[in-house]
Amino acid sequence: MSKLIFELSSVGRRCSELPPLDVELVQIDEALTRQSAPSIPEVAEVDLVRHYMELSRQAFGVDNGFYPLGSCTMKYNPKINEETSSLAGFAHIHPLQPESTVSGALRSMEELSSALCEVTGMDAFTLQPSAGAHGEFTGLLLIHAYHQHRNDLKRTKVLVPDSAHGTNPASAAMAGYSVISVPSNDKGGVDVEALKSVLNDEVAALMLTNPNTLGLFDPNILEISRLVHEAGGLVYYDGANLNAIMGIARPGDMGFDVVHLNLHKTFSTPHGGGGPGSGPVGVKSCLVPFLPKGTLHPTEKKLTVSSEFPIGRMRSFYGNFLTNIRALTYILSLGAEGLKEASENAVLNANYMMAKLSDLYPVAYVSPCMHEFVVSCQKLKDETGITAKDVSKALLDYGIHPPTMYFPNIVHEALMIEPTETESKETLDRAIEVLREIHALAYTNPQVLLDAPTTMPIKRVDDVLAARHPILKYTPEEAQ
Amino acid sequence: MASYVVNTKEQREKMLAEAGINEKSFYASIPQDVMLQRPLNLPKGKSELEVLRHMKHLANQNTVYDVVLRGAGSESHFIPAVVRQLSGREEFVTAYTPYQAELSQGILQSIFEYQSSICAITGMDACNASVYDGASAVAEAVNMTSDRKRTIALIPKSVNPETLETVKTYTQWLPITLKEVEIKDGKVDVESLKSLLSTETACLVLQQPNFFGILEDVEGLAKLAHEAGAKVIVSANPMTLGVLKTPREQGADIAVGEAQPLGLPMSFGGPYLGYMATTTDMVRRLPGRIVGQTLDLDGKRAFVLTLQAREQHIRREKASSSICSNQAHCALTAGMYLAAMGPQGLKDVATQCTSKAHYLFKQLSTLGFKLRYDSSFFHEFVTDGPLPSFKVEEVLSNHGILSGLPLDDTGILWCVTETSTKDDLDRVVAILKEVLA
Repeated sequence: MSKLIFELSSVGRRCSELPPLDVELVQIDEALTRQSAPSIPEVAEVDLVRHYMELSRQAFGVDNGFYPLGSCTMKYNPKINEETSSLAGFAHIHPLQPESTVSGALRSMEELSSALCEVTGMDAFTLQPSAGAHGEFTGLLLIHAYHQHRNDLKRTKVLVPDSAHGTNPASAAMAGYSVISVPSNDKGGVDVEALKSVLNDEVAALMLTNPNTLGLFDPNILEISRLVHEAGGLVYYDGANLNAIMGIARPGDMGFDVVHLNLHKTFSTPHGGGGPGSGPVGVKSCLVPFLPKGTLHPTEKKLTVSSEFPIGRMRSFYGNFLTNIRALTYILSLGAEGLKEASENAVLNANYMMAKLSDLYPVAYVSPCMHEFVVSCQKLKDETGITAKDVSKALLDYGIHPPTMYFPNIVHEALMIEPTETESKETLDRAIEVLREIHALAYTNPQVLLDAPTTMPIKRVDDVLAARHPILKYTPEEAQ
Repeated sequence: MASYVVNTKEQREKMLAEAGINEKSFYASIPQDVMLQRPLNLPKGKSELEVLRHMKHLANQNTVYDVVLRGAGSESHFIPAVVRQLSGREEFVTAYTPYQAELSQGILQSIFEYQSSICAITGMDACNASVYDGASAVAEAVNMTSDRKRTIALIPKSVNPETLETVKTYTQWLPITLKEVEIKDGKVDVESLKSLLSTETACLVLQQPNFFGILEDVEGLAKLAHEAGAKVIVSANPMTLGVLKTPREQGADIAVGEAQPLGLPMSFGGPYLGYMATTTDMVRRLPGRIVGQTLDLDGKRAFVLTLQAREQHIRREKASSSICSNQAHCALTAGMYLAAMGPQGLKDVATQCTSKAHYLFKQLSTLGFKLRYDSSFFHEFVTDGPLPSFKVEEVLSNHGILSGLPLDDTGILWCVTETSTKDDLDRVVAILKEVLA
């Protein structure tokens, strides 16, 4: 257990100091000023450094080891991305500088937008959305504006498959839609008959992840998008899984009208412990008039020109610009061939792991997978009591980040494994070996797994206590 | 061409053979009509040296100003080297959301410390792990306050226009009505506010200091809103809180804001950091991730993502927001910045900003620039002057100085921070004086 930085604090200790004030001191009216200093830490520079170094040792990034966290595409984040995004000409420019003084920044946005258009088969992009869920919300507002503009006011529903990310229905609700869940068929794809039965003139859109959260490409995709279009709806592409199909197939060619991408997944920008990400949204031409303010205008190449009927603005300025610089750097590095090679290897690595594990860890829907696959630990649980969570916690002791657990919801005791293309055969072989060993231990010595992890700074945590008795900030009394 | 694929062609073939799998079958479920029959029309991949050259070329086409006197939601502040260096640790940069608490105590603790420091400067009880930026934080806060009976949000014209637009965008299809409160002398018009407050008012949004840099009478306005049973959302520049009363002391039920001034470069607008803090009774309405303290099985202190029953992955369409990621790395940086500055350092930054802003105004006034609004300001202020605003921008730009933001033909919104010296400010005045002569 590390001390909190507040517990290292000592009154009067200083780290960073400003030069002396070189103009006359101006005091703010006393009625508006605080009477006591805020109790933020008072530490020396070396205290600060050692504290955060200790915290960094208790964190695990893709630079530390294998991170097959399904749906999150934890691929290696090239160092060049960090170098280009910290160039002063990008990092130290003000968002409201005259446009003539930021032509390189605008050019970078244009280059990224057009590359993303080509990869996805869309007509235009906005780089403003800051993450996947933000992109979904943006896309649904675009769809809402589209129907509204056509005076097609009856459409109040958005269809979401039962295998979808939780952000899909939540974003639909924020955009003012009620959500209808569409069941999956026995192959893990959209149940087309069930889809037909809910399609009508009240449906605004279908949201789809393809490949879906089971790692499967829906073979009926063209029929699905045709059916939705025939009913007057639009088709939304959740790009969380684009890493499977770059240079192989494009959402724009599958009939999708709007897509969001997760640059922090597919395009190698680091996740930063939870963000910042970037969730650009691409659209077919019918949605261009509704793009948010702060989007680089597709033809005028200006930020100040607004689209015809903008949905508004999703946040201040133009999005997570430096994250976008990283993604552009990555695309320039890999080029057309490299992006395709990345996808092919992501798919190969996933199929390799699946083939070597599926005898012990049954795959939920048997089929070659795309870039990830979902296994069920239900049988293991039934026979040994060892759950997907126990398997995950055991992996920690082997220095492997666990897969995504208990998602998608339609698979019991799910583990979703996404190795990505940047892992070697050796790494995959070791993970396979470890998972097989854990499986064996479940039958021979399950207690070892129930006690895991034992090599971490802490044992398993009490989630229930955290929620029942929330301690959400440091106070001297609560610190034990 | 750069490639981050590790396995050689031979290894890939070995993998296929060992696993008894066939590469063609992987794509069998993709209809032929959908398979891309040509290479992507993108440039060939480049070596690292070529990419760096290209990106440097783009970066060099942007002007990096020596002196920045522009704010309006993005400010140039000093960032200590220790913050830049430490926040770049790869374990922080390349980690995912800390789902696995045992392996992620460092990330979780850094967020818990960030939450604690934000609570300390705002006076609030609880804070989330951050949202995308200050504008979306205000929008999320408005969503937190509405219910079936109270559906009207009041927003004065003195908040940042991009914030107002973002709130409008977020709430356009929700059962929330926005009403704009008029301003007088650059701050909230009390009479306008009074006429709009009703039993249907969900919240009043106030920005402190406001878009024009002016200090609003938040306490007085909050009192009126509370008397009407409405919640008060204060969007406060966290840098100013080294000196100003906490939003809590001023009457906030929810404190939010743009935390870019806390150690994040201007970055052409992002990534930034929206902070959100509130009172204990409203914690369960907060959107996004929250880190809490708990115990491990041995009874040791531990940190974990908590109160997840609010969130999209559990509640789906009934969640408080669809937000999934946060700006964790920006939050880590801001937490680090606050610890590096400490209470005295934060106070010094705020004091220097306000002192230098007043100095610049005083010097500009000798040239005939006048305050547009006769109200006291913090470190931003609006002038109307003897020169067209775009002329001021152009002339100063030619000298490596980014002027205040032209608001219209004569109005300029200036922002002065600790990064400008007296000499810099004197130079601004000398340059403008020459133009006027």
